[in-house]
Amino acid sequence: MTEPARLRQGAEDLAAPLPPLLAAAEHLASTVLLGRHGRRRSGIGDEFWQYRPSIPGDEARMIDWRRSARSDAHFVREKEWQAAQSVLIWLDRAQSMEFASAKTLPPKCERAATLALALSVLLVRGGERVGLTDLAMPPRSGELQLMRLAATLSEDPEDADFGAPETRGMLAQSRAVFLSDFLGEFEPVERALTKAADKGVKGALLQVLDPQEEAFPFDGRTIFESMGGGMRHETMKAGDLRSRYLDRLAARKAALTDLARATGWQYSTHHTDSSASSALLWLYAAMEHDH
Amino acid sequence: MVTLGGIGFTAPWLLLGLIALPILWLLLRAVPPAPIRRRFPGVALLLGLQDDETQSDKTPWWLLLLRTLAIAAVIIGFAGPVLNPEPEHDGDGPLLVVIDGTWADARDWPRRMARLDGLLAEASRSGRTASVVMLTDLPVEGVPFQAADAWRQRLPSLTPQPWSPDPEGLALWADTLPEDGFETYWMSDGLAYPWRDDLLGALEAQGGVTVFTSPQPVTALRPAQFEGGTIQLSGVRIGAGAPDVTVNAHGLDPAGTPRTLATARLIFGDGSGEVEVEMSLPPELRNRVTRFEIAGLRSAGAVSLTDDALRRREVALISGAGAREGLQLLAPTHYLEQALAPTSDLIDGTISDILLANPDVMVLADVAALPANEAEALEDWVEAGGLLVRFAGPRLAASDLSRAEEDPLMPVRLRAGGRTVGGAMSWGEPKTLRAFDAGTPFFGLEVPQEVVVSAQVMAQPDPTLADRVIASLADGTPLVTRKPLGEGQVVLFHVTANAEWSTLPLSVLFVQMMERLAISTRPADPSAEDLAGTTWAPDQVLTAFGAVEEAGTLPGVAGEVLAEGALGPDLMPGLYAGEDRRIAVNVVRSDTVLEAAAWPDRIPVEGLAIAPERALKRLLLSGALALLFIDIIASLWLAGRLTGPRSGVAAALALALMLPGGQADAQAQDIEDFALSATNEVVLAHVITGDAQLDEMAQAGLRGLSNILYRRTSVEPDTPVAVDLEMDELVFFPFLYWPVTPDQPLPSAEAYARLNRFLRTGGMILFDTRDADAAAFGSASPNGRKLQQLAAPLDIPPLEPIPSDHVLTRTFYLLQDFPGRHASRDVWVEAAPPDAELVEGMPFRNLNDNVTPVVIGGNDWAAAWATDASGNRMYPVGRGFAGERQREIAYRFGVNLVMHVLTGNYKSDQVHVPALLDRLGQ
Repeated sequence: MTEPARLRQGAEDLAAPLPPLLAAAEHLASTVLLGRHGRRRSGIGDEFWQYRPSIPGDEARMIDWRRSARSDAHFVREKEWQAAQSVLIWLDRAQSMEFASAKTLPPKCERAATLALALSVLLVRGGERVGLTDLAMPPRSGELQLMRLAATLSEDPEDADFGAPETRGMLAQSRAVFLSDFLGEFEPVERALTKAADKGVKGALLQVLDPQEEAFPFDGRTIFESMGGGMRHETMKAGDLRSRYLDRLAARKAALTDLARATGWQYSTHHTDSSASSALLWLYAAMEHDH
Repeated sequence: MVTLGGIGFTAPWLLLGLIALPILWLLLRAVPPAPIRRRFPGVALLLGLQDDETQSDKTPWWLLLLRTLAIAAVIIGFAGPVLNPEPEHDGDGPLLVVIDGTWADARDWPRRMARLDGLLAEASRSGRTASVVMLTDLPVEGVPFQAADAWRQRLPSLTPQPWSPDPEGLALWADTLPEDGFETYWMSDGLAYPWRDDLLGALEAQGGVTVFTSPQPVTALRPAQFEGGTIQLSGVRIGAGAPDVTVNAHGLDPAGTPRTLATARLIFGDGSGEVEVEMSLPPELRNRVTRFEIAGLRSAGAVSLTDDALRRREVALISGAGAREGLQLLAPTHYLEQALAPTSDLIDGTISDILLANPDVMVLADVAALPANEAEALEDWVEAGGLLVRFAGPRLAASDLSRAEEDPLMPVRLRAGGRTVGGAMSWGEPKTLRAFDAGTPFFGLEVPQEVVVSAQVMAQPDPTLADRVIASLADGTPLVTRKPLGEGQVVLFHVTANAEWSTLPLSVLFVQMMERLAISTRPADPSAEDLAGTTWAPDQVLTAFGAVEEAGTLPGVAGEVLAEGALGPDLMPGLYAGEDRRIAVNVVRSDTVLEAAAWPDRIPVEGLAIAPERALKRLLLSGALALLFIDIIASLWLAGRLTGPRSGVAAALALALMLPGGQADAQAQDIEDFALSATNEVVLAHVITGDAQLDEMAQAGLRGLSNILYRRTSVEPDTPVAVDLEMDELVFFPFLYWPVTPDQPLPSAEAYARLNRFLRTGGMILFDTRDADAAAFGSASPNGRKLQQLAAPLDIPPLEPIPSDHVLTRTFYLLQDFPGRHASRDVWVEAAPPDAELVEGMPFRNLNDNVTPVVIGGNDWAAAWATDASGNRMYPVGRGFAGERQREIAYRFGVNLVMHVLTGNYKSDQVHVPALLDRLGQ
């Protein structure tokens, strides 16, 4: 086979998963009305912000003569400051995210990737820069960045059973979004968030859970295995464990809430059997949150 | 066999397995249920959690009990438990087994043989000699004692006989019994016989006697009697049994296949007794009955052969003269009817119709001229064995029939004019009859002196005449002549069938002559004098099991023996053929009395009081299976597979196993709903072709047509129905629209049968090839070729392009064109009869008298009719106003078509109204 043909073949294979994911994300993003995303202060930008009376020191070319002609004073036309914000996304791609309790439900990773990409679509449309928290994908804006994101997000999962947040690529004073089930060890999450807070990074934690993980509808003698098979627990009566499991889950959620509050982040839980658009709305609002 | 408290075990050592049950209990108790492996990300949160209790390690006690019970049931089941086991017989010395071996034994012969086999096997084990004697087939002398095993090998060759033992032979045999003592086991057929006591005494003198009687009832069927137009069946039963039994009448159907022609039920209630039932059959069917049989009973007593006594001959009467009003006594057939009606079935009609019914005898009273084709058919019928009887009369005398040359349907040539004797204008006295010669069928009949003949037709003297005369007048002129023709014969009475020419029809001789000619049926039971000196050949014989077998080379039986009726090896029950009739000899006669055998108290009787053996193996094993099934569900439930995730599969499987059936009811309900919805209103229907788009279009087309009908006419159709030819019943629909596609499947044979029935009962199919613009209706198009294939098995009359005066042109609208989406004029309907002619003064011919079964065209009518649910047109027709006009005409064609289906040729009849009014006015 000739070189270009092989290249083309490889490119097509690579591009194959992209359109569905991007299409799903765009479809999801279209449900959110773009709201105001300006900085609400005057500065460099395209949008009109306000007319203000000129003060000494303003250059003559800054005066808006059309407005000033209608009155005796001189006015300066100010634009809204539209500084692009960097949003960095961490998507847990560990084995545990591959879980789906029913055929009708999407795996957690798929839902999380869709949400992440949909948020990216919205942010890129809003003129922000989007990237991943690892060093591989620094924040950029534009449609091309969306293609790159889609390619990265649809890569195969990692081998680890549970993921730990990546903070190396996090820029100071940027925004961040962590999407994970947060069922693994808690300490890495705590460390990452503390580090983020040190860098002045604010953001949102979205815990994506399968309904079975919330309900624990098991009974009888059962051997539970993690998705990668690295962890197992055997019980004689699974039904008896339910309340204690649920207690532990609630404690995990409470810990996440506390941690988020302490670091100025926001935290929410999303279930794969509920509507993705409500989660997207929450994420988008969390990004808009004025500090 | 080991017996424990009324239950015997065939393999008792297997019960030792029960000892293992406690061990099983312990084993099962220790083994916890197998774990389920589940992938679950939340396992990280579970780490370190301990189970509260370890109870679940062990199987719960009730599950253990369930399983133990199941295993116990299996063990006991395989040990072969038998409820009410039959006691074993011990004894020593020779064993004589006496079997009655009559027809009454045959009903449960295999069971008797099995019992006998058991007895002999026991005797063989205890080293006893044995002998088996069947009373209907006695050994020449004494009792041949042999090793029991030798007798066991000969058991399969023992068969019961269809007669009762001969008392004299029995008495002789009883005298030759060996004197050295033996035990007797008597298998009785349960009926009382006068010789029983003597034989019992003789046997008891040699040793103990045990009697076996079957608990099953003895049921017998008496010969059927024919009285007052119905068949009387009577059955006798001894012992309790089913409340009613079914009697089947067997015979050959018109195709020559033996089958059950009719059934009746004998209601016995719950005890013994004699019951009767009437069976009313049409003569055609009754004459076909060869035997009556109690269904499901293998015994000669349950079979009753029928002979000529039940047969009534079918006689067709045809007279040449039209019925003269008010002159009944002069009617040519009056005396024939009087003579024949009590003993035969009379038919009248035209010759061609009657020949189809294939009567036994045809009487032509004074019929001279026959159309050539009828004469030919009549000749064929006679040659095939029919009996043609002709009577003379004025017409025959005046005609040239059989004058110069002998007519095939006349026995002799006739001289012109006949003769009259003893009348006012002639010499001589009316002639009396000469006594009948030997060798004629009338030989032996007494000739009454009052029978005189005053006029007759005269036979031409021919060389063959003397052979053909079977009755003559005192002066020797032939009165009755006969000639054979093929297998049948032609008989001519030279006088009239009424009293005009002779007084013969007034006398009893006339009736006797009819009888002798086998025109009327003879009395049921022949007397001994009738049978004396005759020989009867067995035609079919009856075995003790009630099977009818060909007699083969059995020797003939003298009439005296037959009259005596004592059954035995010399006179097997069966059907005996004589010269011109057949006599049935049945095991049970109309006077046979059945009585239950009564045994003295000292004789032990088996089989009656003892409850029948009942093997419990099946019961126990199915019980074990049920327990194990419950165990499956319980285990699933315990393991959390019934309640947890993916429990749906397990639950559905369990439910599906537990609830078989239930579908048939739903199906029946569907069929009923379909019938109701199709018949509550007029419903138009179309055939499902398999092409979804086309089916939708056909549905839409009929919907549009239904709406138009609703708006414009008094026909108010319901929503159209799509009909699946393979599944749905068609008779509910007046009209089927069948669009043709090249690739639709051919209906099955059953579907074609339904379609043909639909067409014959007045339904109409509109075939639409939908290609009128491509092919001007012919086989040139694929649709046309498919149509030919589809319609080939249909019962379709000749077709023609629709004539301009067809009733379809005026059933509602006046039309001359029948366009759909295409406007081809090629529409074909049933062809007009060739003799349809335009009557003077009528605007059009009076064509077919019924609805044309098919209308074939290619104009794609459904597309022109089609509307969607809100009434909008779905397909374009033509262009502009002309197109709308074409669509309107298409609708009008649809209306006319449905009107034609529903009203037939009503509009054709309307053309006669002016003519009728005209005549009334005059």
